[in-house]
Amino acid sequence: MLNKNFYLILIISAVFGISFWIGFNVNLLPVEASINAPIYDELFKILFIIGLIIFIGMSIAVIYSLFKFRKRKDQYGDGIALEGNLSLEIVWTIIPSIIVLIIGLYSYNIYDRMGGMKELNHSHEMMTSNTEKIWAGISQASNNEVASNNLSVEVSAMQFAFLFNYPKGEFISGELHVPVDHKVSMKMESKDVIHAFWVPEFRIKQDIIPGQPTILNFTPTKVGKYPIICAELCGPYHGGMRASIIVEEESDYKDWFNKNTKTEVSL
Amino acid sequence: MTISIDSKDSNTKSLQPKGWLRYFSFSLDHKVIGIQYLICGFLFYLIGGTLASAIRIELASPMSDFMPRDVYNQVLTLHGTIMIFLWIVPVVNGAFGNYLIPFYVGARDMAFPRLNAVAFWLIPPSGLMLVASYFVEGAAQAGWTAYPPLSITTPQSGQIIWIMSVLLLGGSSIFGGINFIATIIKLRRPGLKLMQLPMYCWAMLGTSLLVVLSTPVLAGTLILLSFDIVAHTGFFNPVLGGNVVVYQHLFWFYSHPAVYIMVLPAFGLVSEILPVHSRKPLFGYTTMVFSIMGIVVLGLVVWAHHMFTSGTPPWMRLFFTIATAFIAVPTGIKFFNWVATLWGGKISINSAMLFSCGFIINFVFGGITGVALAQVPFDIHVHDTYFVVAHFHYIVYGGTVFIIFSSIYHWFPKVTGKLMNEKLGILHFAITFIGFNLCFAPQHWLGLNGMPRRVAEYDPQFQFVNQISSVGALLMAISTIPFLVNIFLSIKNGKDSGDNPWNALTPEWLTSSPPPVENWEGEAPLVEEPYGYGNPISQEN
Repeated sequence: MLNKNFYLILIISAVFGISFWIGFNVNLLPVEASINAPIYDELFKILFIIGLIIFIGMSIAVIYSLFKFRKRKDQYGDGIALEGNLSLEIVWTIIPSIIVLIIGLYSYNIYDRMGGMKELNHSHEMMTSNTEKIWAGISQASNNEVASNNLSVEVSAMQFAFLFNYPKGEFISGELHVPVDHKVSMKMESKDVIHAFWVPEFRIKQDIIPGQPTILNFTPTKVGKYPIICAELCGPYHGGMRASIIVEEESDYKDWFNKNTKTEVSL
Repeated sequence: MTISIDSKDSNTKSLQPKGWLRYFSFSLDHKVIGIQYLICGFLFYLIGGTLASAIRIELASPMSDFMPRDVYNQVLTLHGTIMIFLWIVPVVNGAFGNYLIPFYVGARDMAFPRLNAVAFWLIPPSGLMLVASYFVEGAAQAGWTAYPPLSITTPQSGQIIWIMSVLLLGGSSIFGGINFIATIIKLRRPGLKLMQLPMYCWAMLGTSLLVVLSTPVLAGTLILLSFDIVAHTGFFNPVLGGNVVVYQHLFWFYSHPAVYIMVLPAFGLVSEILPVHSRKPLFGYTTMVFSIMGIVVLGLVVWAHHMFTSGTPPWMRLFFTIATAFIAVPTGIKFFNWVATLWGGKISINSAMLFSCGFIINFVFGGITGVALAQVPFDIHVHDTYFVVAHFHYIVYGGTVFIIFSSIYHWFPKVTGKLMNEKLGILHFAITFIGFNLCFAPQHWLGLNGMPRRVAEYDPQFQFVNQISSVGALLMAISTIPFLVNIFLSIKNGKDSGDNPWNALTPEWLTSSPPPVENWEGEAPLVEEPYGYGNPISQEN
């Protein structure tokens, strides 16, 4: 009996060990390039480890039963007449409930840290002029000092392109240029069907809905060029509906911004 | 209550064609209708599978080079619609439900045999209509979700034919649901209590409640959508002041329960198969019943988790996260109970058993990614990507389709009186299991790293993983060959199975195989312990 328990504990610790090792050492996600990304990856790691423990554990239980309790050639008759075990069933009702509840509360906390539970800042310049209802996507917790420094962009999506309007510079660009470490606030509207704004490296996505502006806020943290992908089926060229977001140092961004503003003025 | 069949019905039954011709007739026999559902569903599975292969061929290279882009969208729309409405829903509900439920409740037929036949005969014409719409002006190309405004702006004839055929299929499903509820509640043999019914009855009762409660909402939604398309009303058209997100709420109010309409019957079927082949009672009957009903109730209040990126208020996101994650609890109970059913048994390792165990492993994997997807912050990144595609294929293919195959191996002797070839069956399982996991496991990575779903082209960096996935799809296509060979060989030359080759105790095995027209020669037996394995009484049988 002692021997049996010993093996059981050994197997369980092996399952936990392997799951934790894989969870910490196997990276399935792209580069982290926004404030959201490390928070997201933290949640992913936890869910990945819990999932691995359950999956490996269940698979071992099934495969072991198939092997251990297989009917041998000389065997006839039935297995044990075990119709249930109430305490065992209560255990595997309560433990998953607790796990699910903890995951739910934890992901609520993650979502809150991403800014998803924050009420939108109604004094924001873009929204005062607008009486229409606006739906928020992820809206990051903004420190008030940063808020004044916000970059506002108006995004319009259409079959099959994104256009980025910089109200402060009064110009429209096909590429989204943003300075690193600055909060970007986007108001998005669709001209025709539903599209979605997705930057995998930022771990954010928000549908762009016709007749219903949506808001998406994010803060890039890593200089580079990342794809903006339309994630909602929008027609035959849906797969080709791409744009780029270029995260650059503030000075580079200012150069780009001024260059574009000037050309607009000279026209 | 007593079971009586009026003389007119008996007459019509004896006048009906015998032999294979009866499968092409307006038969009222629940067993014939069950087989009609199964074969019709399988033919559509072959069509849907061909479309899936076309998708995987297109995705074997990053460019859109195999078919035109609009045809690709038609293919993925038809693939989804056919697999859901013409293969999985009719087969796990209609085929097995019709064949087994009257046996399980001790009746000679379903409660409404004519309604039953009508429900089946709605399927072939609406399915053919759906496939034929390709030749009119192109089939629907807005995905099986048909989100407006895309579904309003794409070519109209395809979309309208799509709506009509889904409405007819939904009608067929509702007829079936009403019939199952009536049969299980009212046609039980005298003395048979609800808590003595085999688990598949409970699964079908739960499923039918979902069908009857939620399918009418889909019908209403699609009728409004068709008004927007043909009569230019503005329910969902933003140009006319409509709201596109309302459509999504209405659509998912049906289409999330639809997932349970596809998996709950599979849960029921596996609960019949595991005890027989492991020679043990079903572990925890009562908790199984409550968990089915728990899934039914929770399944109705989780739909908005499909819309976390559509713009929903924060409180709603929180509610739907918690509700969705909690479905894992009753579902988990069922999986632990199945493993406990295996534990300590005398397990025959045959095709039916292997497909059932493959189902447990695949479904646990799909369930884990499902709990992850229920978390709003997690879902925001992977929504509408290949991660979701992988997740739901683990549920509906790795889950339900594996159980459909398992059930075919298990009940083939019942229907034909012949045994299937076990070697070919195990080969079929091995190719399917490897092909399936090779096809869909890598797609999780694709989604996490930036490949959206429903695209005909993608970044070259994803090519290698997509090719692995396509090889898996090829294996899945190949796996149907040993299966079909096995079916035809076994019908023709299969070994005689006798009436009860598995020594099973559920009522369908307590009559001859194949069963007589009215199911039993004499009175229907009273089976108070359908899972009484391991008891001294069952040793004698």
